[in-house]
Amino acid sequence: MLRQVEGSRAVAEAVALCRPEVICAYPISPQTHIVENLSQLVKTGELSPCEFVNVESEFAAMSVAIGASATGARAYTATASQGLLYMTEALYNASGLGLPIVMTVANRAIGAPINIWNDHSDSMSQRDSGWIQLYAETNQEALDLHIEAFRLAEELSTPVMVCMDGFILTHAVERLEIPDQEQVDAFLPPFQPRQVLDPGEPISIGAMVGPEAFMEVKYLAHAKQMQALELIPEIAADFRGAFGRDSGGLIRCYRAEDAETIVVALGSVLGTIKDTIDELREQGVKIGVLGISSFRPFPLDAVREALGHAQRVVVLEKALAVGIGGIVAANVRMALAGIQLHGYTVIAGLGGRPITKTSLHRLFTDAAADRLEPLTFLDMDWDVVNRELERMGSSRASGPHAENILRDVGPVAAGPV
Amino acid sequence: MFQIRIHGRGGQGVVTAAELLSLAAFDEGRYAQAFPSFGSERMGAPVVSFCRIDDHEIRVREPVMEPDALIIVDPTLLHQVDVFGGCKPDGFILINTAKGFDELGLGEFVKDFRHERLLTVPAGELAREHTGRAVANAALLGGFAALSGLISLDAVARAIRERFTGAVGEGNVAAAQAAHAWVAEEMRELSGATAG
Amino acid sequence: MKAPAIRFYQTGSFAVGNRLLDPEQRSVQAGEQRTNSITCGHRACQGCGEALGARYALDAAMRACNGQMIAANATGCLEVFSTPYPETSWRIPWIHSLFGNAPAVSTGIAAALRAKGREDVRVVGQGGDGGTVDIGMACLSGMFERNDDVLYICYDNEAYMNTGVQRSGATPPAARTATTQAVGPEPGNVFGQGKSAPLIAMAHEIPYVATATVAELRDLEAKVQTAMEIRGARYLHVFVPCPLGWGSASKDTIRIARLAKESGIFPVFEARDGEVTDVSKIRRQIPVEEYLRPQKRFAHLFKPEVRTDVIARIQAGADRNIRRFGLLGRGADKEGAVLVGTCADQRTGTCAGPGQATCGLASQEEDDESGR
Repeated sequence: MLRQVEGSRAVAEAVALCRPEVICAYPISPQTHIVENLSQLVKTGELSPCEFVNVESEFAAMSVAIGASATGARAYTATASQGLLYMTEALYNASGLGLPIVMTVANRAIGAPINIWNDHSDSMSQRDSGWIQLYAETNQEALDLHIEAFRLAEELSTPVMVCMDGFILTHAVERLEIPDQEQVDAFLPPFQPRQVLDPGEPISIGAMVGPEAFMEVKYLAHAKQMQALELIPEIAADFRGAFGRDSGGLIRCYRAEDAETIVVALGSVLGTIKDTIDELREQGVKIGVLGISSFRPFPLDAVREALGHAQRVVVLEKALAVGIGGIVAANVRMALAGIQLHGYTVIAGLGGRPITKTSLHRLFTDAAADRLEPLTFLDMDWDVVNRELERMGSSRASGPHAENILRDVGPVAAGPV
Repeated sequence: MFQIRIHGRGGQGVVTAAELLSLAAFDEGRYAQAFPSFGSERMGAPVVSFCRIDDHEIRVREPVMEPDALIIVDPTLLHQVDVFGGCKPDGFILINTAKGFDELGLGEFVKDFRHERLLTVPAGELAREHTGRAVANAALLGGFAALSGLISLDAVARAIRERFTGAVGEGNVAAAQAAHAWVAEEMRELSGATAG
Repeated sequence: MKAPAIRFYQTGSFAVGNRLLDPEQRSVQAGEQRTNSITCGHRACQGCGEALGARYALDAAMRACNGQMIAANATGCLEVFSTPYPETSWRIPWIHSLFGNAPAVSTGIAAALRAKGREDVRVVGQGGDGGTVDIGMACLSGMFERNDDVLYICYDNEAYMNTGVQRSGATPPAARTATTQAVGPEPGNVFGQGKSAPLIAMAHEIPYVATATVAELRDLEAKVQTAMEIRGARYLHVFVPCPLGWGSASKDTIRIARLAKESGIFPVFEARDGEVTDVSKIRRQIPVEEYLRPQKRFAHLFKPEVRTDVIARIQAGADRNIRRFGLLGRGADKEGAVLVGTCADQRTGTCAGPGQATCGLASQEEDDESGR
């Protein structure tokens, strides 16, 4: 049914349609509306049978999900930023044990400095945790991906995180198609665990594995993700058949087939990029965009095929690998091994700094003319940065960076930027 | 695509206003995207929300930089916050106040604007009259419907009732209708129309 | 349900007597039908108190819930010695997740069972003192606070044993560990630190908290039985000497546990909804020195010189326990007993008065005197 509804609410309803049996989440901005909505659905009995556990931390949230999933229950949780980090140990535990937990990550920057706004540093920091990572471009895709995620997770017996931009998507109210229960039931069968704690057939889960077997066990997680490279497009195709729209898959191209310059990005910024691309195309610039939907497993072959013919690739990403530069860019570069083209990395939108069409327009024009540096920080205020560097150079007791810079930037009255 | 930016303070229903606007547009079969500026939310702090309306899917996700319409819920913001940033001379501006643009010290600023698109309405007072509380957001949307013609008063009323049930909903609908009538009357006077 | 104190006339002690008892009075371990939840072949040290305690506790739990039970285990000795890849000595459904999350994993298992309408299957979470009192405390507190239907058992050997005997929040004052060495002006663990997990559990006012030792295995079984008759969050804290970490003889594990109780070092009691309801009295109080001497982790208190000052402080701690829990004296003698609530008879109104023949605790005292 078509409804005008907040992204978080839609995700909550989509998750509820998947009939989770245990939901255990700890509140953190900007995920709160998702779990609040789910708690309401459980409390009224609309979502039943389901146990909603108010856990005491994100570490507990993932741990409760582990216990529940190992007992054969479909388990779900959601988090962001600091919360994702707090459950890191449990993330690796869940993927190592092969438990098909589904989790929403409402992408948010990681502190210090503390920041509640959107960027991808949280999920990017866990890209090696063994979890499958799917990035939603729109709220429609966000809610659809959760339905696909449960099926993917349970078929492979591996956990899946669905990443959606915090605030930008979670708190946006827009027109969305919410599936009905019959459709979801037909698409997502009941959970059949590969391993289950059952008094009728006792097993031990979580043994210590020494050097003689660790590599093999660990490799299985990788093997499952390699299988996912096949399974993700299959599930997306099934989804299209069942629900009538494209959601998920490995990658999605827009006006890239004949493009000389291709922009690569993940998440909601793709929408703003597409509008900018259209404007530039009208001006005769041969530019297109590649959206990566599955970041883990990383679709090396698909990315290579999509980008290989271009003259230049601009990877625009919302995370920074401190000490080296781009994260997505490095992964993309791996896909392009041996292919000669100009590669540009653009770090943008950190901590929720808006990525505007105006800035993108200027950026892409520069890129097309090869006027970009290999590494660009979009809309960075270099004066402010340099002043702080000067302060640091002139005195050891230069004070905390964030406070100094905030003083420089001045009080921020709420405005568009 | 039509872009609206709403300015107010925490507690004045600025975020809800954008949401209601999007609901009204959806009700009329259009695509709408509403979202807040996500500042630290506390009562009294300046808040901005945005709404985009179009006839096809809206892909862009940036804040509204160049609004086609501005709705100012709290006039005390006028000289404190850059509410007019990106505003175009043919844009709509609706301010919640009994004063006029000149009285507000904006005469100079808007002198090249299209004056039939600049209006003030005492929405807070109308809201108090019909709901008992001076929360002006719903009323302002009624006024905005009249000013811009972008959405119908009926759609605004349906959106309000969907979001607020019972007496609260009805009171706000009444306030919206009152503001709509007020603005419509103002516009008639401004254009010097004689049809009554 | 209190474990019957069964007189073993030949020695005048209260040893576990099975063959001479009626079948109903025998321990779970005595039965052929015991589940051997943790069966032989594990790699525990000779004389490991934890292996002993776990076997008694889990088999008692399995009997109490008709074999319908799932266990979650924290990282630690029990988990490591019971699952040396590719073997497992667990004959029950068992999961090991992380060090600090056993209570939370247990919560998840219980939630799943509830969602599936399988509340006939019970959940036991278990871990050592480190995994319970330190790194697992937040998850434990959360489980308590939500009153999740989990019995959590802590096997307390008073240090992080599996990683080489490092100090934990349960390490007693003056004890030598790898990170509180017997050197310097204040050798061993310092005074004024540490936490009592049973008291913390009681502060959450959960339905049932109990402490036990491997010196009174019938009592341990009885407490597990009692716990399993209750729904909601339950906590059992079991004192388990570790020969390796404590530097005691493997054969002395049970004896040392008894000395811990009889000296007042380790109070044995039960509590419900935050109040102490039953106390296992000290039969014959011994000075703490008798408890400390057999353990090399306290050797520095005796050589090169006897540290009477430190021993006195430890004694003061034991005396405080005796006073707070009313570990000495007769059942109704509340003098100085700060923590003891009302005993069962007083709560149900069947108490005939202090010192009466019907007082269960008083009769134990009489037996004690006549059996000397």
